[in-house]
Amino acid sequence: MSLRSFLDDIAPNFEQGGKFQWLYPAYEAIDTALYTPPTVTGGPSHVRDALNLKRIMMTVWLAAFIPVLVGSYIVGFQANTALAEMGATTINDWRALILDPLTSYNPASLWDCLVHGLVYFVPLYIVVFGTGILFEIWFASKRGHEVNEGFFVTSILFTLTLPAGMPLWMAAIGVAFGVVIGKEVFGGTGKNFLNPALTGRAFLYFAYPAEISGDSVWVAVDGVTQATPLGNAALGEPYGVDWMTAFLGNMPGSFGETSTLAILIAALILVATRIASWRVMAGCVIGLAAMTLVFNAIPSSNPMFAMPFWWHLVLGGFAFGAVFMATDPVSASMTNTGRWYYGILIGVMCALIRVVNPAFPEGMMLAILFGNLFAPLIDHYVVQGNIKRRLARV
Amino acid sequence: MEHYLSLFVRAVFIENMALTFFLGMCTFIAISKKISTAIGLGIAVVVVLGITVPVNNLIFNYLLREGALAWAGFPDVDLSFLGFLSYIGVIAAMVQILEMVLDRFVPFLYNALGVFLPLITVNCAILGASLMMVESDQTFAEATVFGLGAGVGWALAITLLAGVREKLKYSDVPEGLRGLGITFICVGLMSLCFMSFGGIDI
Repeated sequence: MSLRSFLDDIAPNFEQGGKFQWLYPAYEAIDTALYTPPTVTGGPSHVRDALNLKRIMMTVWLAAFIPVLVGSYIVGFQANTALAEMGATTINDWRALILDPLTSYNPASLWDCLVHGLVYFVPLYIVVFGTGILFEIWFASKRGHEVNEGFFVTSILFTLTLPAGMPLWMAAIGVAFGVVIGKEVFGGTGKNFLNPALTGRAFLYFAYPAEISGDSVWVAVDGVTQATPLGNAALGEPYGVDWMTAFLGNMPGSFGETSTLAILIAALILVATRIASWRVMAGCVIGLAAMTLVFNAIPSSNPMFAMPFWWHLVLGGFAFGAVFMATDPVSASMTNTGRWYYGILIGVMCALIRVVNPAFPEGMMLAILFGNLFAPLIDHYVVQGNIKRRLARV
Repeated sequence: MEHYLSLFVRAVFIENMALTFFLGMCTFIAISKKISTAIGLGIAVVVVLGITVPVNNLIFNYLLREGALAWAGFPDVDLSFLGFLSYIGVIAAMVQILEMVLDRFVPFLYNALGVFLPLITVNCAILGASLMMVESDQTFAEATVFGLGAGVGWALAITLLAGVREKLKYSDVPEGLRGLGITFICVGLMSLCFMSFGGIDI
């Protein structure tokens, strides 16, 4: 019996009047994830395009695996290095049950580091995905819309913004907030105005500041504390890495944000498939660089004023945010002209928060949320401007 | 100059009337369905705040505060208990004049704002700004800058909310939350975004 006929066999149970009618969204999600749905538009207007919402979301999801693997390797490498310095041969954790039979803790071995990092990433991702999909299915079955691939993207991006030492229950609360308040109360994918992953992340940031931005969360070994380079820079201390290392990613940070190179490769895929808007990415870089040059020209006792823009580009969450978060097609500007302004606004705000605001060494998350707020207004003015120009022509 | 600039920036972004203090909520939520009317109301609030705060500052400094009447020969008189009465009187008169001006020169905005224009009188953001001015003991120039800044901040917030609500026209909000409920959630989320300025000290 093939999978298709099995799905067809059980289908009546989930359709109108079936036993498990309330689980229809879950059935539909699994079915359409595996096979192309047979339904087509009935009316005369039907757009044929290989790039539907499903494929858009899946491409982003797959592209996000580049930072996942590289980020996990870096988390593992840093943990193993710290362990080697302490002279420890195993860890005091339930993770040792998985790690001990599989690997040793050798920082020089690619395999050891990757597995060690994945042992942190995978449980986090499972918890985030499980909690989020529970709420998705709950809302979908109550409200009668389908579960949509958007959540694949939200879940992986949300997980990538977390530090390795994040307690699992906190991640669950954060993703629940992001999915419910950031997205589902507005009616699901495509109807929200803020990026749901970032909404959840910002909620966690303000709810549990010590666990998500303190010194002890960035290296996945108990008792080892290390600040992020941006945290060091804000205090006027040496960053702790040189530029090339920062670009390649070997520094403390959240899973996804460390390696600018991995993000750049993912960005190339997203731009080549025309899924993410290169205008938004370019706008972010221009905004950040311009604002940083302005700050560089101002003499100040604050060490962040002097940080050159090529450092801003590789440190913290800027690259990750610009490529994966700011380009979210739902919460970004919808017009091409608007995308430039939207991107530049985010870049400027990011530099502003990093440099001027002593409370937050990292600014990309809040800058993107702030940009999301302005996106509808920017679109409104772009459209009005267009109408005015065309009226003048007739 | 730098002092006034930082006062202005603080009033607009860091201590935003609507999104940090949650003042002026009734009009903020009621008139934010369309961007054009929201901007109109925003400008009206900027004008009202820009005039009433400095005027109230003069009244406080030269009539009400303890020892303010020394120029009239009453150095021991403290009339500050009349504060609320005088501030709201100034605001009411100011709004009345603004209403007549709008009716005469910008009738479309007058019609769009409707009953909410006279209600600016009891908008807590307006009285709140005057009371904050008294609280932080500002000079006349500071009060002018603060009044304008608070007004611009409030206008910015209501314009952003109107943009968001125009976008949300296409959303599918659960029945119980439609209208005001979802607007409250939006304002809360906007306030979260404005937290990016919290902690800036200028």
